[in-house]
Amino acid sequence: MTTPNYGSKRVVVGAHYGLRDWLAQRVTAVLMALFTLVVIVQVLLPGPMGYDKWAGIFNPQWMRVLSFVTIVSLLYHVWVGMRDVLMDYVAQVGPRLVLQVAVIAWLVGCAGWAIQVLWRM
Amino acid sequence: MRLIDATQYKLPPAAWVSILHRASGIIMFLLLPFIIWMFDTSLTSDITYSQFTSVFIGGIGFLPAWLIKLVTLALIWAYLHHFVAGLRHLWMDATHAVTKEFGRISALVTLGVSIVLTLALGFKLFF
Repeated sequence: MTTPNYGSKRVVVGAHYGLRDWLAQRVTAVLMALFTLVVIVQVLLPGPMGYDKWAGIFNPQWMRVLSFVTIVSLLYHVWVGMRDVLMDYVAQVGPRLVLQVAVIAWLVGCAGWAIQVLWRM
Repeated sequence: MRLIDATQYKLPPAAWVSILHRASGIIMFLLLPFIIWMFDTSLTSDITYSQFTSVFIGGIGFLPAWLIKLVTLALIWAYLHHFVAGLRHLWMDATHAVTKEFGRISALVTLGVSIVLTLALGFKLFF
């Protein structure tokens, strides 16, 4: 027997079944991997490591934009992942919803901080 | 089945990669403020940059430097494991490489690569 999943019985904290989040998690992963490689290559370029070299990596506008894309990707990627974790371990709708809201607040706060760093330096 | 019974299962390598993929993700989620703090202090100015490096030498507040380094090492492992396990996922998605044997070998490679790289970077971090 299947549980009704519409009207007042609709599951409001489930996955967006199908391709959307599955694909989003992979696309964002590739973007973050690309960012990682770009940073590693520049760190390995010759020259002593210090503030000038490190800040120089993030100084060009294209690198700030790539970092911004990475931060937003991280936000979405971690949201999908943490939502999966909560769906697996927190069975009751109420606590799950509260925790999901906490995850969103945590992630949006962290993303805001990271983006601020990017354009303040 | 009681939860304690689940501990009787012997996990194959792919299951270790799977649960560690999840664990490493949660670790990085919880340590996000530390990660962004490192991003912030290392980039904002050369003064904050030297504050950043001094934390790894003299610690900060009541936190000793070795503890900061240990947390950093945990982050390094979490990132590497999550990264390699993610590449394994992408590879399987793209090639439909779903044989039992490939699953086992690639899981062992994932565990091995992330541990070896963690040891190498940990050596650089501590010595």
